Amino acid sequence: MKPAEVLIIGGGPAGLCAAISAAELGCKVLLADRNKKLGGQLVKQTHMFFGSEKQYASVRGIDIAGILLSKVENNENVEILSDTTILGIYEDGVVTADQSGNYFKIRPDAIIVATGASEKTLAFPYNDLPGVYGAGAVQTLMNEYGVKPGNRVVMLGAGNIGLIVSYQLMQAGVEVAAIVDASPKIGGYLVHASKIRRMGVPIYTGHTVKEAHGTETLKGVTIWQLDDKWNPIEGTEKRFDVDVMCISVGLTPLSELLWQAGCEMKYVNELGGFVPVRNEDLETSVKGIFVAGDVSGVEEASSAMVEGFLAGLSAANYLGYTIYNINEKKNDLHQQLNALRSGPVGEKIRKGISELIFSSEAAVSKEI
Amino acid sequence: MLEKTGVPAASDLENVMPSEERLNRGPVAVIECFQNIPCNPCYTACSRNAIKEFEDINDLPNIDHEACNGCSLCVSKCPGLAIMIMDMTYSEQEALIKIPYEFLPLPKENDLVKGLDREGKPVCEAKVIKVMNPKSFDKTPILSIAVKKEFAKIVRNIGMGDEDGR
Repeated sequence: MKPAEVLIIGGGPAGLCAAISAAELGCKVLLADRNKKLGGQLVKQTHMFFGSEKQYASVRGIDIAGILLSKVENNENVEILSDTTILGIYEDGVVTADQSGNYFKIRPDAIIVATGASEKTLAFPYNDLPGVYGAGAVQTLMNEYGVKPGNRVVMLGAGNIGLIVSYQLMQAGVEVAAIVDASPKIGGYLVHASKIRRMGVPIYTGHTVKEAHGTETLKGVTIWQLDDKWNPIEGTEKRFDVDVMCISVGLTPLSELLWQAGCEMKYVNELGGFVPVRNEDLETSVKGIFVAGDVSGVEEASSAMVEGFLAGLSAANYLGYTIYNINEKKNDLHQQLNALRSGPVGEKIRKGISELIFSSEAAVSKEI
Repeated sequence: MLEKTGVPAASDLENVMPSEERLNRGPVAVIECFQNIPCNPCYTACSRNAIKEFEDINDLPNIDHEACNGCSLCVSKCPGLAIMIMDMTYSEQEALIKIPYEFLPLPKENDLVKGLDREGKPVCEAKVIKVMNPKSFDKTPILSIAVKKEFAKIVRNIGMGDEDGR
């Protein structure tokens, strides 16, 4: 059994930042990621990030991954387990893992779950045709593996992922025939929408997919308009001949490990599904298990990084490590989160989180 | 309009366009950012304090067009690619517009390209005057293009004449 002080599960923006801040307090960190290369979704984000300097605004996601990785690699307090899938968290506190086919156990004193989120999908006729992808999958193909997914695309979903991946498809030389969203308004940042519009790509809000066409592979997509009660309107069909359709209808937290660990979970639509109840320092209802990033509620990567720093501090502090200005650091991180969430685009997040926070004393049900 | 289509309305643009008097005095930044999102790199990029400090990071950019000299430092720093420079003094007939452009191939200086509006429709000819792509721009090159003055407030992209007209 491998001992560990803090085990961090997931090496994306939240997990990397958690490792950096826990290690800074002197805590020994074991950082596990199921991929060979750490960085999570950052490694395929070729666009510049929003936020402020503290969240690396104006820097491209892939370069942020490099900055964060350089702080955990060669860090004497951080041991990285790449190609390692965490299989379970058991009631006696034992964690099971699989590294490149080798099964082993870890006994951590604290855990930070930063497993991220997965893409939701959508039911419509022939959605199983090859050529129908999640937008994130297409982004991985293009930006990580350099594979062009096809020649002409319909993007379903005008949230930030749909808009950004559409733009990146065009940068890769793929034609985007249309962006389609059932909602009457564009959900993503309007500056992203505007930069795609001036490339000549139409955005059909208040429309959804009727069906996909093709026998062996995708040959086309028919969309139709929705009325104000979200019912499709006959006769408004438009057909696009495309060989790729991307589905980008939101993310849902990858929370299986939290369920298994017995964390109290709550369904919060605004945060993408079932999310863990936690205190303001990101400790769940199970003492010693902390969360950060999309697994605790789907949000932007900027907030995931700040949550990571906070969870890292909290977990290290839980184990008795501290630093002279820990309260100052925590206050700063709380202020950053509040600022990122305080505007109109953070309204859903604020509402969602307000349903989740419990105060620290009432918190704790059991120890890991 | 904007939140349905991604295209700002005339009334949106009125709020961010420098005065005619200012436009006629030389290069100035136009920030076409209309939504309160948590983002402030335009302020940190500005070395003339023309773009004011954000009280709340979700505020819209507040630019003093009088203090702005159109240096274009903010253009490649804006994650939304929402900032352009307009120079109505470029020549008798033409205005010079500087736009961020993140596509390959980049045009070459003196190329004649299409000037595209905010919906990507070709509206006029544009001549590429300069292509700036130094390391400090971090892969967001800035194109200087000359267009007839009447299109200066309309053109926001270029088309390289692909088969689909973009």
